[in-house]
Amino acid sequence: MMKEKVMKGVFMAAAALSILAVALICVFLLANGVPAIEEIGVADFLLGDTWKPSNNIYGIFPMIVGSVYVTAGAIIVGVPLGILCAVFLAWFCPKKLYKVIKPAVELLAGIPSIVYGFFGLVVLVPIMQNLFGGSGKGVLTASILLGIMILPTIIGVAESNIRAVPMSYYEGSLGLGATHERSVFFAVLPAAKQGILAGVILGIGRAIGETMAVVMIAGNQPVVPNSIFGGVRTMTANIVMEMGYAADLHREALLGTAVVLFIFILIINLCFSVLKRRAD
Amino acid sequence: MEHIEAINTQSFKERLASYKRSPLSLFLAVLVILSAVITLTVLVALIVYILAKGIPNLKPELFEWEYNTTNVSMMPAIINTLTITAMTLIFAVPAGICSAIYLVEYAKRGNKFVSVVRMTTETLSGIPSIVFGLFGYLFFNIYLGWGYSILGGSLTLAIMVLPLIMRTTEEALQSVPDAYREGSFGLGAGKLRTVFRVVLPSAVPGILAGVILAVGRIVGETAALLYPAGTAAQVADGFFSSGRTLAVHMYALLNEGLYMDQAYATAVVLLVMVVCINALSSFIAKKAGVKA
Repeated sequence: MMKEKVMKGVFMAAAALSILAVALICVFLLANGVPAIEEIGVADFLLGDTWKPSNNIYGIFPMIVGSVYVTAGAIIVGVPLGILCAVFLAWFCPKKLYKVIKPAVELLAGIPSIVYGFFGLVVLVPIMQNLFGGSGKGVLTASILLGIMILPTIIGVAESNIRAVPMSYYEGSLGLGATHERSVFFAVLPAAKQGILAGVILGIGRAIGETMAVVMIAGNQPVVPNSIFGGVRTMTANIVMEMGYAADLHREALLGTAVVLFIFILIINLCFSVLKRRAD
Repeated sequence: MEHIEAINTQSFKERLASYKRSPLSLFLAVLVILSAVITLTVLVALIVYILAKGIPNLKPELFEWEYNTTNVSMMPAIINTLTITAMTLIFAVPAGICSAIYLVEYAKRGNKFVSVVRMTTETLSGIPSIVFGLFGYLFFNIYLGWGYSILGGSLTLAIMVLPLIMRTTEEALQSVPDAYREGSFGLGAGKLRTVFRVVLPSAVPGILAGVILAVGRIVGETAALLYPAGTAAQVADGFFSSGRTLAVHMYALLNEGLYMDQAYATAVVLLVMVVCINALSSFIAKKAGVKA
């Protein structure tokens, strides 16, 4: 009996580890980042449009805008493609083909982001240079690559939610004389709406947190981009580029950037779990 | 799927005729097929391009034991990758399995503690790797004073893959039929013996698939390792020394900008590793699925 009790305690302690991890992450990020934000001034930090560590000016507004632009672009590229692909997998794909495409999509999820970034750098950037001139690095390039990177997330969640819709929806629509396509798009798909939206939000989280791929193809100028071809620096890129040599307030300002990013992520997570609960 | 075919048997001609009546359907069908083709094309293009450019650059000297500026060998990075992967698994697998056991086998429904654990696990799986990296740097390198160390890097990664291992283990445990547990209890075994002798062995393939998936994440991870483990290009000579994994090695090569050919070669090795790991994981998962 003693052993049973001890082991139950061990299991419980293990389960508590994830609580401990989240608590530690929050404490360390906030304790290191918030003082800097206070010292710089919340308004100056969040809304200042100049980032010049050499002059002690730390405004991360361009980076916040950069993250939002790039994420929005990724959604525009990735969401329609992902949902249509999920529809294909669930309702159009012959069984034999499914055995090829499904693992392919899973593989897309497994490719490291550094490899995506490299691919973007050596393939996508030159293409953009030829098509539109300029450096080829910028909002559009990053959006396309991120759109591809969030595809597997969106396809996976959307497919399972489309499959969860009762067959009677489809059959009923078909029985009323609708074609296969109309039945899928206008009877099945709307019923899976909330689950798909949860998948999209998960994709947003992935896109906004992506670092290694974005840093290679976004151009990284800390200014608000004036066109979709303009270079852009995201919050994640800001951290990963300068953390290596930053010191004092500069370093803390980077940690402050991480705090802002973390808050974005927490909000996105919250939206996701609310939607997921509703979809279930 | 056979259900659909049964009620929707339509010859190709009939289908064409219905498309004539409803052009929107044709448009939607084309759109759906096109998007699948695009997705597949992107994947194939990526893999073919990297293999085509990288394989000619896979020279034997890239696998020499010593790294120096004239020969940026990836061998030390490969060894570091193996070490860090093994260390991460040592930390994350027992923790993940034990917490999954608690959640599935011990916790009662509607337990407050369980809902908090689930919430934090969900949060953890949504945190971007760069944030993990920063936390690892702040906590292990600075607060605990370890400096750049593969131990700190491994612990950071362990926190990162914990939710993945927990979730797959939970699913594997849940797929074990209750009859197994009842049978074991009926024979007089205690809770602990039932869990370890009956439930866990039948869940092993599912757990293994999850662990291998975690290995894939570890091997491909860059942002979470860059600051906790540092970028030393040599084989780490202890738990507290710095060492770069293959993915970090690739980032460093690209950052220096002098070694594009070697970066292509590294990309090939990374890609092949990840493809193999993924294939192994889904193979085992499929086997587990058949068993359950």
